[in-house]
Amino acid sequence: MAVASDVPKESFRLSMLIYDTRFRSLTIQVVVLILFALAVAWLLNNTVQNLAIRGKEFNYAFLWQRAGYDIQQQLIPYTNDSTHFRALLVGLLNTLAVAVVGCVLATILGIFVGVMRLSHNWLISRLMTVYVEVFRNVPVLLWILLAYVILSETTPEPRAFRVTDEMLAAGQAPAARMWLWDTVAVTNRGMNIPAPVFDRPLGTLALGPLTLNLTFLALLAVIAASVWVNRRLVAAARRQQEETGERPATWWKSLLILFVPAIALLAALGFHLETPALKGFNFQGGILVAHSFTALTVALTLYTAAFIAEIVRAGIMAISRGQTEAAYALGLRPGRTMRLVILPQALRVIVPPLISQYLNLTKNTSLGIAVSYLDLRGTLGGITLNQTGRELECMLLMMLIYLSISLIISGVMNIYNRSVQLKAR
Amino acid sequence: MESKTPSFVRSQMLPPQPPPTRESGVVKWLHENLFSSWLNGILTVVGLIILALIIKSALPWWLNGVWHASSLGECREIIAASAGEGATGACWAVIRERWHQFIFGFYPPALWWRPILAFGLLFVAIGPVLYAGQKRVLTTMIGSAFLGLLITLWLASAPAMVFVGLVVLLGALAALAQTRPGALLWFTAAFPALCFLLLWGGSFWTPVMAMAGFAILAVVARLLAGRVGAPVAVGLGIVAAVIWWLYVSGPVAGAFASVAPLGLEPVKSDQFGGFLLAIVIGVTAISCSLPVGILLALGRQSNMFIVKTLSVGFIEFIRGVPLITLLFTASLLLQYFLPPNTQFDIILRVIILVTFFAAAYLAEVIRGGLAALPRGQYEAADALGLDYWQAQRLIIMPQALKVSIPGIVSTFIGLFKDTTLVAFVGLMDPLKGVTQIVRADINWKGIYWEPYIYVGAIFFLICFGMSRYSMYLERKLKTDHR
Repeated sequence: MAVASDVPKESFRLSMLIYDTRFRSLTIQVVVLILFALAVAWLLNNTVQNLAIRGKEFNYAFLWQRAGYDIQQQLIPYTNDSTHFRALLVGLLNTLAVAVVGCVLATILGIFVGVMRLSHNWLISRLMTVYVEVFRNVPVLLWILLAYVILSETTPEPRAFRVTDEMLAAGQAPAARMWLWDTVAVTNRGMNIPAPVFDRPLGTLALGPLTLNLTFLALLAVIAASVWVNRRLVAAARRQQEETGERPATWWKSLLILFVPAIALLAALGFHLETPALKGFNFQGGILVAHSFTALTVALTLYTAAFIAEIVRAGIMAISRGQTEAAYALGLRPGRTMRLVILPQALRVIVPPLISQYLNLTKNTSLGIAVSYLDLRGTLGGITLNQTGRELECMLLMMLIYLSISLIISGVMNIYNRSVQLKAR
Repeated sequence: MESKTPSFVRSQMLPPQPPPTRESGVVKWLHENLFSSWLNGILTVVGLIILALIIKSALPWWLNGVWHASSLGECREIIAASAGEGATGACWAVIRERWHQFIFGFYPPALWWRPILAFGLLFVAIGPVLYAGQKRVLTTMIGSAFLGLLITLWLASAPAMVFVGLVVLLGALAALAQTRPGALLWFTAAFPALCFLLLWGGSFWTPVMAMAGFAILAVVARLLAGRVGAPVAVGLGIVAAVIWWLYVSGPVAGAFASVAPLGLEPVKSDQFGGFLLAIVIGVTAISCSLPVGILLALGRQSNMFIVKTLSVGFIEFIRGVPLITLLFTASLLLQYFLPPNTQFDIILRVIILVTFFAAAYLAEVIRGGLAALPRGQYEAADALGLDYWQAQRLIIMPQALKVSIPGIVSTFIGLFKDTTLVAFVGLMDPLKGVTQIVRADINWKGIYWEPYIYVGAIFFLICFGMSRYSMYLERKLKTDHR
């Protein structure tokens, strides 16, 4: 009406920038932007001044210098002659190793505990409640430190495993024994486990900085191929079932397809396990798993599993009782009711908080510093930083890497989340 | 049909029979809860075996516990003498000898009354926030704080003056709670300065002058509000307060201190440790992160592009990196980002970074609460003619915060547990810092269960208490009828 046409006639006054809703949000944004720019400029100016005072300059050339320190656990070849960048990669892989193993184990344990906590069995549900409450309400650092101390201070020294001729003659047993049919030895230096060895390996293929392990690739290819063939087999069986109403027996064919090619390849490559054995003062052969890795993984798994258990429980409880009853009314058995009716709906509630637990676990791997586990923080943010004195570069790069890992995990899980979300409406 | 009398009809009621044994009492309970099916029976047996194993290995250890010894070796001798060779036993003597380091770190023993007093007054200060206007609860809180403080201060052998001050202060506050409970909020507002003075000591005038900055902000904002409008007045007030803090308050505090040198014996930050440190960092970061988190959540919900982008960037950045890297930023990088030769306390730096960390998580929790509100609530606020801040204060926030209480409290619990990470920047947290010192002592070398159980139990009590309180709060505030 008239009001609308009156507005343009009004001359612009400065106070309108604040009191007129048409301009106010613009004013606020400009003020915020100016303040933000000023703050950034102030920080940058300080940084430049501080760098100048210390006589440093901001560059990443140090990454290509010789690192000069050893890393206990390496998933890719590394010596102390390698570059700092190589050390960074080793650290990153160590971080990811704990994160992946921890997430998988924590999910399995968490689902188990969560379901058990809903059990009608009074004793079991109480036990699980105690587990969840104890692990949730105590800092994860305590579990890491405790696991590490127990592993490294209560386990025997390697020489406790020794059997001498005198002891044999006297019929004495050694002070410590290996586990699992003499294949695993837990000492105060680490856990010695059997290593897979190939007598006739296929060798490696060098592609620039990357080296590909052909043996491993061949094994992977064979397994993938058998899984694919097995899927075709099951699909064919289902087609036949839908056409004729009778399902051909496939289980023995599946077993053959899945296992025979892989076993044949392993036999052809001369696969066997090399068990650790006490030679001199220490165990030789096999793989030495550092206690820092075990302690960190176990502690993070137990801690995160308690949170995942609560998420799973809440997810299952969020599905109304009517769904179960409806499934029973349709004649589904309890197992199928869970698998076909409850879980698909519960997953929708479970997945988003589960993602943030995975993120938390991944970020908590940085607590490996407490047990001197050389992860990304230990290499790039620890020894490299101390040796080169490049705090600014190292910290920024490290934050960037952690940030990318977090964003990738949440991105991937969000895609999955979208695929299980309600499609209706 | 003709009447055909049955051969026998009972004319008296039978007394009721007791139900079959299977359907009552212990047997029924056992059958329903432990052995309702084969699977359940197996589970029960497995559970019982696990329980038995735990008890078998842990019970003698607890029962053989030794409280009086001066070293681990002596402990073991006592246990071997009383329970036989090879018996295990806890050596609680280490806790008996070193408990004060777990609680106070290296805070001077003669001054322990200061953190104790600050901790007791903390409850008096949060009372008006949690139980606004409830006279009875507030008076009870002040009374119980008084009693608790009286006993603990006596145990810590505080000087007599402290008791006099305590009686006067809490008496006045109790009277205030009876007459004008709303005015107790002023004590809450003054508490940070009081707490700082008690914990760190130093001149009485430093915290007073810092508080005066807020007073200047309020005065300037109120005086100018009539002339230039509230938003500009508040902005000018902030500018005036910043100028005061940066340039004026130091010299003024110095001048007052030379005239009237009031103050307490200063305690350095590196003497703080144990749960004292954890609680100082935790409580400060918790109380500062809530307002910052609310602002960030509002910024993220805002339809102003720049404000929204900055909020999202800040939240996602903080949530994407581990707390440890932020703590290292506090200890290593702030020297690059601040003007050359700036020195400020490491505890303060850590508190600021932990506050940012918690605020980002809180912002996401509160955003969830905001998203759960129906659109109609916003529209109703608009229809009533409320402006943005009025609508937030009166309509949106009370509901959104109520919905997000479980999330907020679990963030707080996480924050309190995360205070242990300050060990990595050289502060003495109870878990790694103090325990390491104790374990490095030649007398206690090789001890691990006892200190970890002790610290873990205290953490458990505090965190479990917080989560139970949040459940209570949730039930109490539940107003929907479902």
